[in-house]
Amino acid sequence: MNSESELLNLALNGDRRSLAKILTRIESGFEPTVSVQNPWTLGVTGPPGAGKSTLIGALISKWLKRGEKIAVLAVDPSSPKSGGALLADRIRMQGTESSDSIYIRSIASRNHPGGLSLFIGHMINVLSASGWSRIIIETVGSGQSQTRIVAFADRILLVEGPDRGDIIQAEKAGILELADIVTVNKSDLPNSKLAYNSLNSSLSLNQNNSISTHLVSALNGDGIDDLFSSIEKCPKSTQREIIRQKERLLSLWDSRLLNYHGLNQLLEQLSTGSITLDEAVDMIQ
Amino acid sequence: MRVVIAKPGLDGHDRGAKVITRVLRDGGHEVIYTGIRKTPEQIVSILIDEDADALGLSSLSGAHEVLIPKICEKMRTAGLSDVIVFAGGIIPEKDHVSLYDSGVRAIFGPGTHSETIIDFLIEISQRKKRGEPTGVGEEIGWHWD
Repeated sequence: MNSESELLNLALNGDRRSLAKILTRIESGFEPTVSVQNPWTLGVTGPPGAGKSTLIGALISKWLKRGEKIAVLAVDPSSPKSGGALLADRIRMQGTESSDSIYIRSIASRNHPGGLSLFIGHMINVLSASGWSRIIIETVGSGQSQTRIVAFADRILLVEGPDRGDIIQAEKAGILELADIVTVNKSDLPNSKLAYNSLNSSLSLNQNNSISTHLVSALNGDGIDDLFSSIEKCPKSTQREIIRQKERLLSLWDSRLLNYHGLNQLLEQLSTGSITLDEAVDMIQ
Repeated sequence: MRVVIAKPGLDGHDRGAKVITRVLRDGGHEVIYTGIRKTPEQIVSILIDEDADALGLSSLSGAHEVLIPKICEKMRTAGLSDVIVFAGGIIPEKDHVSLYDSGVRAIFGPGTHSETIIDFLIEISQRKKRGEPTGVGEEIGWHWD
């Protein structure tokens, strides 16, 4: 077995196998030190079946034409019962087989205390330092832990299906507040225009009108050009940046709490009533 | 364990492969399914990028005699000698020996119980810990019965 620093050096020099192995090590707690300047990251999230992976596939072909190197971290939930996971996002990214310019890595969210947040930042840094110029993080947009993973990206694309119900789900999860761009996918299906209109009207109720909205079909390519240029030109929003930083901070805070060595003891003391919640919080350093 | 389940060649019937992905997931493994009609080159790239510990190949078309040894050979060339290969689907008894000789460690035919496949993965992870040859590029000899 190579040492981590050897692997890291090989990865930074473009060795794919070492890169893959370093990402595995990061998942089990390795914290690499690499110097990077502003990794380019895009979070793609949305309800199951909205077409996130297919859409990412369509965007990848556009980036390829521009000579970018694209890495995708596709996050899928682990089964809480067995701890296993079925990672099948890559099937949907057709026409985007692994090549010198495409790296796709499936990640199981596992039952890590505090979720993926502890290591997703390290993965982004290593990928960026190894020359990957477009880094995509794909998650299912349901639940807080998934929202927090996607908050590690600097721009966020929310993908909706043509059913109005999906958009309500997204609002519930609070993802709409984080998204820079929202797109209704599957414009080839009948209800999509309706969904697009109702999305726009629900966004117009907000003061925040800087979210750009799109109606696309990842299947036949309609609207992809416009969406692509929105993503590339995505302006920095100070307001959303603050929300994102808050999510990142919260997730690291959670991880720290859940990894606190005396956690079980505290929980026992709390359950017997020998300490109060306030005292417990004070004891965690 | 991170296991890639792949369908090489042109046959498009992947119900069996999908059942296996489910079985392995429920057994606590991280399973990456490639989808149908993958070339040996694509499968090897996926193994590298996903840092897989094992590869399960499903073949129903009769092309196993050509495709499976080819994939094993490409894995060794790519430095994936420690990755374990197992196969399933319609693979006649008479072909088993030559596949074992190519580096395949188990062949699961129709009627295999899901527990058997989980037991196989437990066995290979124990063999790995003990430092016994299990990977596709490691000493041929041992295979699952």
